[in-house]
Amino acid sequence: MSEPIIHMENIKKHFGNVIALNGVTFDVRPGECHCLLGDNGAGKSTFIKTMSGVHKPTAGEIFFEGRPMSFDSPRDAMEAGIATVFQDLAMIPLMSVTRNFFMGREPKKGGIIKRFDIDRANQITMEEMRRMGINLRAPDQAVGALSGGERQTVAIARAVYFGAKVLILDEPTSALGVRQTSNVLATIDRVRNQGIGVVFISHNVRHAMAVGDRFTVLNRGQTLGTAVKGEIDAAQLQDMMAGGQEMAQLEGSLGGTV
Amino acid sequence: MTDATDGADERIKSESVVTRLMKRPELGAISGVILVTIFFLITADRSMFTLSGIMNFMTPAAQLGILGIAAAMLMIGGEFDLSIGSMVAFAGLIFGVLAVNMGLPLILCIPLTLLAAAGMGAVNGTVVIRTGLPSFIVTLAFLFILRGASLVGLKWFTGGSTQLRGVRDAVEGDFLTPFFSGDAFPGLFSWLAERGIIDSFNSGAPKVPGIPVEILWFIVMALICTFVLLRTPAGNWIFATGGDDNAAANSGVPVKRVKIALFMLTACAAALVAIITVIDAGSTDARRGFMKEFEAIITAVIGGCLLTGGYGSAIGAFFGAIIFGMVTIGLTYTDFDQDWFQVFLGGMLLLAVVFNNVIRKRVTGER
Ligand SMILES: Nc1ncnc2c1ncn2[C@@H]1O[C@H](COP(=O)(O)OP(=O)(O)OP(=O)(O)O)[C@@H](O)[C@H]1O
Ligand SMILES: [Mg+2]
Repeated sequence: MSEPIIHMENIKKHFGNVIALNGVTFDVRPGECHCLLGDNGAGKSTFIKTMSGVHKPTAGEIFFEGRPMSFDSPRDAMEAGIATVFQDLAMIPLMSVTRNFFMGREPKKGGIIKRFDIDRANQITMEEMRRMGINLRAPDQAVGALSGGERQTVAIARAVYFGAKVLILDEPTSALGVRQTSNVLATIDRVRNQGIGVVFISHNVRHAMAVGDRFTVLNRGQTLGTAVKGEIDAAQLQDMMAGGQEMAQLEGSLGGTV
Repeated sequence: MTDATDGADERIKSESVVTRLMKRPELGAISGVILVTIFFLITADRSMFTLSGIMNFMTPAAQLGILGIAAAMLMIGGEFDLSIGSMVAFAGLIFGVLAVNMGLPLILCIPLTLLAAAGMGAVNGTVVIRTGLPSFIVTLAFLFILRGASLVGLKWFTGGSTQLRGVRDAVEGDFLTPFFSGDAFPGLFSWLAERGIIDSFNSGAPKVPGIPVEILWFIVMALICTFVLLRTPAGNWIFATGGDDNAAANSGVPVKRVKIALFMLTACAAALVAIITVIDAGSTDARRGFMKEFEAIITAVIGGCLLTGGYGSAIGAFFGAIIFGMVTIGLTYTDFDQDWFQVFLGGMLLLAVVFNNVIRKRVTGER
C-alpha cells in the first residue's frame, strides 16, 4: 500500500480548559477517500482544522509526504496542496462568486504590475460550477445572494479546483439537493481516481459508505477505531457513530485494524 | 428578453445599465456631487464655478481626500484609524524638525517622515491584531498619544514655542519642493492665458497660475487605489479581510499583513498631507490635522464604505471629498451663513449611511 500523503500522529488540541482532541491518529493515502465520522461535538472539525493549518495542535505531530511539517497558516497548507471545504464554508457574502472562488489565490496576468485576471477567473468559476451541476446566473453576483446549497457548491468547487494533493470536505452535502449530492459524491470518486487523498466528514452513513475506502470514528476527542471498506456494514458504522454503545460487538468486526 | 441565448438563465431578468450602476458603491457619492453642484449653481455666486473658484474648493477637497481615500481603503479592510488627524501633526513635527532643525534636504526629509509614519501605522496595526481589540479604541488612544507627543515635541525642539517656523526658507530651492508645494504646469497655464482660453489679469498673467499639486496627488491616489482594489490580488484580499477576516484567513488571505499594510497606508497619507500643508504654511503647529480623522471617515462613508467593512470604493471617497470641499467653500459664495456647513455635513453623513445600508441589502439579497 502506498505511503500516506499526510499522517497525523497523536494529535491533541485544547481550547483553554476544553479538551477538543485527545490523541487522534489519522492518515490519508493518495487515491483514497478516508471518512471521518462521529457525533456532534466529537472533534471532527477541530481535527481537520489542524490538518489545514487553521489550528496549531497542542501536542502531536504532522507528517506531510513523510516529512515532519508544521503549518503556520491555512496559506501554508494550501501551498502544500491541501484544500478544504470548511463547515462554515469560509465565504464572504459581500463579494462576488468569482472573488470568493479565487480569494487568496488569484490568477495573475501582466508584466511588472501583476493584475488580477478577472476574465479568466470568471470563466473558470462558471466552468467549475457547471461541472458541479449548477448554472450560475452570473459570476459577478454576490455570494450573499446565493442559496445555501449554491453557496456550499461554490466552496466545494473551489476546493476541488485547488486541492492538488489532499481534499478535505467537512459536511459538504448538508445543504444539497439530491442531484447536487450525487454530483459531489461522483466528484469525490473522480478526484480520488486522480490520485488525490480525500478526507470526507459526514453524518450520513449512506453517503460515507458510497464513497469511503476507510472509516474512522471520533468520539469525545478520541478515535474509536478505523475500519476498512468491506469489513464493516452500514448498521455497524451507525452504531459506532452513535457513541459506541455496541463496542464489544464492534471490536470483533473491526478485527486487526484498530 | 426571453430568448435563451447560450449560457443565459431564464430565471434572471435582464439588468438595465441603471440597475447595474445601482449596485456600485460610489453611486451615492456621484449623485451627491451632482446634487451639490445643482444646489450651488442655483444659490451661489457664479464665480464659484470659474476655474479659480473650482481650484478654490478642490484644494481643501484634495487635502482631505488624500486622507479620505486612505481611510476608505482601511475601512474596506474592516478597520478604523482615528489617529489620522494627530498623525498629520506628528508627521508635520518630524518633517519640520528634519528640515529646519537638522537642515536635511527634502530627498532625505520626505522618505524619513514617511518611514516614521509607516512605523507608527505598523504599531497601530500590530496592537489591533495582537490584542484583538476594536481598532476604534486602539487608534483613539493613539489620537491622544500622537497629539500630545506633537505638542511636547514642538516645545522641545523650539525651546518652548508651539509653532515651528522657518520651513519655507529651509526647503526653498530644493529640487523636490515643486512636487509638494505650489502649482503644477505653470507653463501650460500661461500659454492658455496668452491664447485667451483661460482668464488672465491685465498684465497677461493667468488668474489661475496652475493646478495646486495636492490636487494632482489626490487624483493619482484615487486612480492607484481604485486600480489596486478592483484589479489586483491585493484588492481582493482587502475586500475579503474586511468582509470576514476569519473566512479570509481560512481561505489563505494573509489577513494580518493586509491590515498592517492598510494602517501604514493611512499613516503615510497623513504624512503626505503634513508635508504638503507644512511646506505651504511655512510652519507647523500642534493643532495641524485637528478633527481630520472624523472628516476622513465621513468622506469614506459618503463615498460608499460600509462601517462594517468589506464594501466601498476609493473613487467614491474621491467624490466624497469633493462634496466636502464644495460644501465648505461653496457656502462662502452664497448668502447663507457659512456655519451651516456642519449641519449640511451631518445631514449628508446620515443620508449616506442610510443609503449605503440599502445598497448593502441589495447586493447581498438580504430582505
Ligand atoms: N475555538 C474553540 N474554542 C473552544 N472550544 C471549541 C472551539 N472549537 C471547538 N470547540 C469545542 O471542541 C469540541 C469539538 O468541536 P468540533 O467543532 O470539532 O465538533 P464536530 O465534531 O465538528 O461537531 P459537528 O458534527 O457538530 O460539526 C466541541 O465541544 C466544541 O465546543
Ligand atoms: Mg463540525
